[in-house]
Amino acid sequence: MSAPTLPAKPRQSAPPARKHQLTPRDGSLTRTVKRHLSAHGFLIGAVLCFSFFSWYPMVREFLLAFQKTKDGRTTWAGWSNLTYVFNDPAFWQAWRNTLLFTALALLLGFAVPFLIAVLLNEFRHGQGYLRMLVYLPVMLPPVASVLLFKYFYDPGYGLFNRILGVFGIPEQQWLQSTDTAMLSVVIAATWMNMGGATLIYLASLQGVPGELYEAAELDGAGLWRKIWHVTIPQTRLILSLMFLMQIIATMQVFTEPFLLTNGAGPEGSTTTVVYLIYQYAFNFNNYGGAAALGLVLLVLLAAFSAVYVRLSRASDD
Amino acid sequence: MRARTLISPAQLGRRRGKILYWTVFGVTMTLFTLVFLGPLYWMVTGGLKTTAEIVQSPPTLVPDSVHPKNYQDAWNVMDLAKLLFNTLYYAFGALAFQLVLDVAAAYSLSKLRPLFGNVILGMMLATLMIPATVLVVPQYLTVLDVPIFERNLLNSPWAIWLPSVTNAFNIFLLKRFFDSIPRELLDAASIDGASALRTLRSVVLPISRPILGVVSIFAVVGVWKDFLWPMLTLPDPAKQTLNVGIYSLSNGVPQNQLIAALTIASVPTLILFLLFQRNIMSGLTAGGLKG
Repeated sequence: MSAPTLPAKPRQSAPPARKHQLTPRDGSLTRTVKRHLSAHGFLIGAVLCFSFFSWYPMVREFLLAFQKTKDGRTTWAGWSNLTYVFNDPAFWQAWRNTLLFTALALLLGFAVPFLIAVLLNEFRHGQGYLRMLVYLPVMLPPVASVLLFKYFYDPGYGLFNRILGVFGIPEQQWLQSTDTAMLSVVIAATWMNMGGATLIYLASLQGVPGELYEAAELDGAGLWRKIWHVTIPQTRLILSLMFLMQIIATMQVFTEPFLLTNGAGPEGSTTTVVYLIYQYAFNFNNYGGAAALGLVLLVLLAAFSAVYVRLSRASDD
Repeated sequence: MRARTLISPAQLGRRRGKILYWTVFGVTMTLFTLVFLGPLYWMVTGGLKTTAEIVQSPPTLVPDSVHPKNYQDAWNVMDLAKLLFNTLYYAFGALAFQLVLDVAAAYSLSKLRPLFGNVILGMMLATLMIPATVLVVPQYLTVLDVPIFERNLLNSPWAIWLPSVTNAFNIFLLKRFFDSIPRELLDAASIDGASALRTLRSVVLPISRPILGVVSIFAVVGVWKDFLWPMLTLPDPAKQTLNVGIYSLSNGVPQNQLIAALTIASVPTLILFLLFQRNIMSGLTAGGLKG
């Protein structure tokens, strides 16, 4: 079987807002109603699932943030959940940790996959194998990759200190030290997740027209200038989209620190915002506080995306 | 003939270019194999080592003596058969729900175009904007007591299956594929007197095999990789998934058995990956993220 053909890009030349098919061809009203009803029949299952597990929880998130539940009775709490959360020292620590994670993860998780993609795109051999290698960790269940890394990080018998030893670098405490705990989490998370980004970059690099490189060479551009003036501008759209998506994803990190350092890490050095939400809700039974925290995260990410989209649109003109 | 890339063919053709190319290629091959395959080697062989050998420093590259029994012990002690079965049950249940409900919804939105269809699609896509983790708490409370039905779905597979349907990205992928199916084909079916359901079954689905493959793989892998949601909604150890089960037992078993269990847990998705590599990789870029 040949490679699956993918859906064509949404056609720009789609038929101009064709009158939809359900308009009565024979003019009968009951027929139109029937057609619409059958169309809704196909939709109903998904719509119900969305209603219960997506749309209703969205509304409820907002309500919860302003409610208090005590002894099974729900009362209006106004802003008190939010002020409570803001006054919790753990809140600020969680934000510092999350931003640190995001910054480190971008440094590693954004730049490295792009460089790997540029490199792989040059190879005339073994590309399939290398692509497969990079994507392999993405397919592992997180518990496998995380606990494996935990084993590598062990200060006593772990593999990583051995490797450092080969290069004469002193042994590290990795997950046990406040200095390196977050970095260790980021390294593991990057190894686990970078395959997807790499393959997406690789696909977009294959769309860069070769003539542009030829033209640049005629103008005497070297390797770096070709990357800077051709490769990056040509893949800019995808790069900026992935940048945004990675920030949104990394700000929500939970599984990796939870499994590697039981969430908190040494002196709370790996407590992330989402872990704090988890703690509020499931350890302290404070759903209001958890929802308030979630709301802060939501507002911040929404504001960030809006500003980012605005900025990247402005730079388009 | 491949498209021209960063380095010109003329440059590569020269002696210096060739040497440089093969050096970089060799280094990359070695490094990538070590970085991405190395940990898996360590995992598989770690499961074969004795309890003493696995925590010995310095570690051994090749196990001194091979103990396949660790795998058997891990399988029995951690009841991996049950965890594996549970995960499969949830994953394929979620797949079935997504294939039936999401395909029907995408078909309706794309081809039947019901009243308010665009509003509904918009509301579905809007869920992609909300960070998923923000919704975990209200979703959990909903599962505890589903409104109207007043059911508690805790420890029930429905808690995994039903929310998995709310996958706006899948609906979007499917709808876009259906959009690209020529109208004339469906009109022909309709002139022959086929009902909407019949057209879906006999015309749309057969053409849509590639996208159905992509969506299916993502549905299964999604459940296989999820951690937080099953941990919250399936607290009963007998109903847990591999991820959650292994995690909660991880402190009580010897290191070598744990590593063996990790290997066993990785095998199904790795096999899936090796079988459907092409579909998975192309599915990744199917989001239409072209620069």
